[in-house]
Amino acid sequence: MAEGQEHPLSVYFWIWGLLFIISAFSYAVDYFQFQGMLRWSLILIFMFLKAGLIVAIFMHMVWERMALAMAIIGPPVVLLFLIGLMAIEGDYTESTRFEYFGADAGVYAEPHSLAASEEHH
Amino acid sequence: MSSVATQQLETGAKGFVKDWESDKQTFHVPWGKAMMWIFLLSDTFIFSCFLVGYMNVRMSTRVEWPPVSEIFSLSLGGAPIPLLLIAIMTFVLITSSGTMAMAVNMGYRRDRAKTAALMFITAAFGAIFVGMQAFEWSKLIIEEGIRPWGNEFGAPQFGSFFFMITGFHGIHVSIGVIYLAVVALKVLRGDYEKKGYEIVEITGLYWHFVDLVWVFIFAFFYLW
Repeated sequence: MAEGQEHPLSVYFWIWGLLFIISAFSYAVDYFQFQGMLRWSLILIFMFLKAGLIVAIFMHMVWERMALAMAIIGPPVVLLFLIGLMAIEGDYTESTRFEYFGADAGVYAEPHSLAASEEHH
Repeated sequence: MSSVATQQLETGAKGFVKDWESDKQTFHVPWGKAMMWIFLLSDTFIFSCFLVGYMNVRMSTRVEWPPVSEIFSLSLGGAPIPLLLIAIMTFVLITSSGTMAMAVNMGYRRDRAKTAALMFITAAFGAIFVGMQAFEWSKLIIEEGIRPWGNEFGAPQFGSFFFMITGFHGIHVSIGVIYLAVVALKVLRGDYEKKGYEIVEITGLYWHFVDLVWVFIFAFFYLW
């Protein structure tokens, strides 16, 4: 039987180094307190870069046959629908809370935070 | 096992169609590897459900989300450094992924001693990760007073999502440590001399997946 995925060690060292650097970058996003669109886009870019490198190289997906790659990478695509639907739902829930609890968020939060602080003081 | 060597098969889209043709084996990999991938696929959906639920709650809550960067800060004698512990945990896990990749490589070279050693190192990093997570949890529960039903910093749902998501991931890491140790021992004993060392790659898939999930948790839970 043919042996499995064997690749030069240098490939792994390169990716390992890259993952370290990208992780350092995504930590820097928080450390330097980037805010707004810049923050979200940087977080997502670094996240997908890291995830892609891990799946493609460490998990050998780029070297697998298309039949396997499609069977594994294809199904998670439907998660985009779930994310979309839940985002719409979350927005709607928030709007109903505005409507029924008013604009002052603190009033709604009070019972919970009181209960929490009573318990350990 | 496949009777046709992978090299003789067509690649790309043509190979994709050929592989799915009737009365044929679709995946030209050891069955254990295909099964591990399918398990990881189902695990992907579980973690996705947690993270999507978290997104939904965070979008709909009227109360400010707790300042994550401050809550997870760690002070080393001086001023608290935001997210320091989480950053160290991230690097520990990436390091373990690297040693795991080395182990897979050594396995196919049939270097039993090095393979087992690298797998034990990987497991040790995993154990360190779980230890740091235990430290983080106890800090949050005892010092910060965060509970699954509420906390003093903001939205009460913070606790439940934190414990649920990181707890589920921590269990995965713990199981991975045991899994790695068992396979490493069997490698050392020479159990795979006849069967071949795909098992190391399959174990590696699980371990890299644990690292992969952490990438998403780190981005969405700690940085967002």
